[in-house]
Amino acid sequence: MKMSKSPWLLHYDASSCNGCDIEVLASTTPRYDVERFGVINTGNPKHADILVVTGGVNNQTKMVVKQLYSQMPDPKVVIAAGICACDGGIFKECYNVNGGVDTVIPVDIYVPGCAVRPEALIDGVVKAVKLLDEKREAMKNHASCEVHYSKKPEKEDK
Amino acid sequence: MLILLFLFFFTLMMSVVTAMIREEKLRGAVVITGSIVMMIADIVFCVWAFTHGVSQNGVMRFLPESAVTETCTYVFMAAEVFLFLLISVLSVKHGKWYCILLSAFGTFPVLWLDVTHKAVENLPMLKIDDLTIMMFMVVGIVGGLISIYAVGYLHDYHIHHKDVENRSQHFQALLFLFLTAMYGLITSDALSWMFFFWEITSTISFLLIGYTRKPEAVTNSFRALWMNLLGGCGFMVAIMYCALCLHVGSITELVELGPKAEGIVIPVVFLSLAAITKSAQMPFSRWLLGAMVAPTPSSALLHSATMVKAGVYLLIRISPLFEGNLGGIMITTIGGFTFFAASLLAISQSDGKKVLAYSTISNLGLITACAGVGQPAATWAAVMLLLFHAVSKSLMFLAVGAVENATGSRDVEDMHGMIVKFPKMAYVMTVGICGMFLAPFGMLVAKWAALKAYIDSNNVTLVIFLVFGSATTMFYWGKWLGKLYVVLHQSERHRDVVHKSEWRVMYCLTAMIVALCTLFPMIGSVFVQPVLSQSFGKTVGTIISENDIRVMLMMLVMIGLMPVLAALLIKNRKEKMTMAYMSGVNAGDDRHFIDSVGGIRPSYLSNWYMEDWFGEKKILNPSLYLSAAAVTIMMIVAVGGAL
Amino acid sequence: MNITMALVSILIYLVAAPVVGLAFEGYDRVVSARMQNRKGPSFFQPVYDLCKLFQKQSIVVNNMQTALVLGFVIFTIFTGCIFFAGGDILLVFFAHSLADMFLILAAYSANSPYSSLGAQREFMQTMAYEPMTLLTAIGFYMVCGSFNVSDVINQDVPAIVRAPGIFLGFCFCLLIIFRKSPFDLATSHHAHQEMVKGLTQDLAGNIYGLQELGELYASVQMLAIAGLFFICKNPISYVVAVVAVIVVYFFVLLADNIFPRVKWEVMLSSTWAVTFILGGGNFLILTMLKIAGK
Repeated sequence: MKMSKSPWLLHYDASSCNGCDIEVLASTTPRYDVERFGVINTGNPKHADILVVTGGVNNQTKMVVKQLYSQMPDPKVVIAAGICACDGGIFKECYNVNGGVDTVIPVDIYVPGCAVRPEALIDGVVKAVKLLDEKREAMKNHASCEVHYSKKPEKEDK
Repeated sequence: MLILLFLFFFTLMMSVVTAMIREEKLRGAVVITGSIVMMIADIVFCVWAFTHGVSQNGVMRFLPESAVTETCTYVFMAAEVFLFLLISVLSVKHGKWYCILLSAFGTFPVLWLDVTHKAVENLPMLKIDDLTIMMFMVVGIVGGLISIYAVGYLHDYHIHHKDVENRSQHFQALLFLFLTAMYGLITSDALSWMFFFWEITSTISFLLIGYTRKPEAVTNSFRALWMNLLGGCGFMVAIMYCALCLHVGSITELVELGPKAEGIVIPVVFLSLAAITKSAQMPFSRWLLGAMVAPTPSSALLHSATMVKAGVYLLIRISPLFEGNLGGIMITTIGGFTFFAASLLAISQSDGKKVLAYSTISNLGLITACAGVGQPAATWAAVMLLLFHAVSKSLMFLAVGAVENATGSRDVEDMHGMIVKFPKMAYVMTVGICGMFLAPFGMLVAKWAALKAYIDSNNVTLVIFLVFGSATTMFYWGKWLGKLYVVLHQSERHRDVVHKSEWRVMYCLTAMIVALCTLFPMIGSVFVQPVLSQSFGKTVGTIISENDIRVMLMMLVMIGLMPVLAALLIKNRKEKMTMAYMSGVNAGDDRHFIDSVGGIRPSYLSNWYMEDWFGEKKILNPSLYLSAAAVTIMMIVAVGGAL
Repeated sequence: MNITMALVSILIYLVAAPVVGLAFEGYDRVVSARMQNRKGPSFFQPVYDLCKLFQKQSIVVNNMQTALVLGFVIFTIFTGCIFFAGGDILLVFFAHSLADMFLILAAYSANSPYSSLGAQREFMQTMAYEPMTLLTAIGFYMVCGSFNVSDVINQDVPAIVRAPGIFLGFCFCLLIIFRKSPFDLATSHHAHQEMVKGLTQDLAGNIYGLQELGELYASVQMLAIAGLFFICKNPISYVVAVVAVIVVYFFVLLADNIFPRVKWEVMLSSTWAVTFILGGGNFLILTMLKIAGK
């Protein structure tokens, strides 16, 4: 059974103006009904396959994005939704903004737009699920995909 | 017979000897040796009694020679006067005059009976049957273990509580004296003898609660005293009525009269009153909570494993008399209500000992209700509950006491992460807690039998109390168990300052719980059913079907295999480990998070106590008033109806 | 019920329960989507979800979680085996709460705020519905004279005839047991509340898959108990029971979609009130009938 049939989302607002957030939510409403593809908005990194980040990453959210990403089990895909998440957008030059999400974690799919259109986002998700399957295959070949075990959880820089 | 006398006098002697030895190390050695000897003698006695006599005709009754009886009676009378004087002196000292009145009212009429020879004479004073043997096992083994535990515990207790005067030799002596009285109580068949030992246990409980001599302890000890003396007065009325109107002097004779005999309801109701005060049923439950100020060994021994069991023991003895009369209705209502109300109250408590106290009250309520049904199946459940509860609860008390000495707190909240900080203790407590409420373990099996018996006796109220009460019981035990199992990364282990002797005692009790859970079908059929068949005068069949027992043993084995499974899993695991989810702001160790201004703050996870719903302020007084009204009304109706 | 029969039905349960459970979940997803006037996922979506979870990497927060979740699954399945082997219904409920305890301990062990909150609420829910489930078992006993499922299914008249109140009360509790609105307190399949994922918050990847599998077995068991009310000697009654279970499940979904969420206070008091009135009332009547019948 392919993983792509059940992509669960985690949506995080890194520093978005809420424009993209509204659109992300809109895509889960009956009008766009992203659940047609089996998408569920989980709100929990530990159950999620796809991390959707809206807004550019700033100093305060940098660590959160990293932590959420690290708490997602492999295989996982990151979508940067909206232009700010892609490269910082109009906030790029602000003193506290790091830039796009890819300055912190690896991004797989970039969905542009200000704000991102639900259609575009759904398109991005559909692209992302293909990537999920590929990553799953890669994981099979490298039996240990970042598998390690220690008594204590990893410490991250704060 | 000799061994019984030895047991009795040896324990008494131990009490005297311990009281005299001031040197702590020596006393410790003496207590430990004495306790071991006592336990061995106890087991020898049980085996002897079981193989001789009891197994043949199910019961041994002793009719001592009249000279012996007479001497005993005089000794007891002297002792009763002494007790009265002791209580009077202490009451005067602390300005609690009413205790003298109650004590006098309980003591003198019985003395008058003896002096005027109005008491029924020439009756078998002692009786030994399977139930007695079981009680001997509980009292002797649990009691002995707790005495050993007390040695190490008191040592640490006085290190932590410098403000309390060290009178540990008295404490130890009282424990042994108490065990003597308890042995007497469970072997007595004559009401007057039983009453004598009954009063001794009340007094010792009073003395032990007041051990620290702090104002709170004194208040609580007097509360315990007056309630127990009130119960003693009830006992006295029952004895008087039995002797003067019914012309019976022993429990066996009383039970032989049967539940339909004329006037029988009066002694039954008054003995029930005595029993519910001793077993801390509502409205008399408050003394047991107050008793928690006493050092842990006394809580474990008197206030959970043995003394409070004296009340329900009496009820079990007279349970055939409860069938279809007002006494039975009173006891089942009070017991069922207490079971439910006390378990609700336990939800709102975070102090470990208070949870245990409420749980004790609650479980005693269940036993009381079972005994009050007056059906063999229910009484079977009562006996089983009594046994399992004694062992599990004393283990829990000892564990909480050890935790308090080791970590300085007995609050359930402070047991957060015990599995990491203090793994040995967490495992011991797990067995204790599971023994109290989970499926294949002791208490639940007995509860199950109780439920069946309630249904069969068409007692709708009791069934409702039981189903609601067992749900609430699950809640307060479960959240305690959960606290122990929190895995708190990067935390320091507690230093294991618990004495070796204390550990041994706790391991013994843990092993006993496991053994009891495995052997309960045998205990049920070998010990309990014969005695019930006899006292109810009909054969008692199997209570829990073989199939169910098989399933439960399977569950037990599976649970036993769980740690092995866990060990195997941990050995061959390849999982990635991350931090717990805290909205992505976990500060690295699962215990701190980063707040909105970038500072690091500790997080604190508390259990739910729901003070607004189940708090003492909310429901304690209403339930006390309700039950007090119920007891009063039913007593008046029962007595009035009989007269 | 003889041993061969028991073994066969256990085997069927072991194999069929996940399938049936997944079918009911698929039914849930499709019907809920229709009720919300959208297309929704395919009927097989729960199968895809479960398969996906088992393909994912497992992430733990401590080294006890896996064992505890496994304990939950093993005991849940065991509970079902007792039921389908014709065992004691009361024991089924007791074993069910033991299994649940493992899951709650797994949540506790994570030491995270959401898991911890979920665990507390799960206790609360158990406390709310346990009186009713026990009364359900008692109801069967009153009607059939035995706690054993094997005896219950050999009645001349199905239990529903004499225990309709208890049946309704049990259905009310199914809302809690299936974690449906208005009561989905301990964990939700939809992240739209302060609990996030509650009890299962810190279970990830294939360990979460394992937990979901356990839930499937548990829900089939609960539905089977609801169906047991309709079963009697007559073979047709089995068909009636299946239809009844589907209808009951539909009403559970309807409630899920039309009721707003309530606080735990409302849950506790309403469930206890329902238990007391419907369950207790029906039990009282049954007892009176029994006394009158003597």
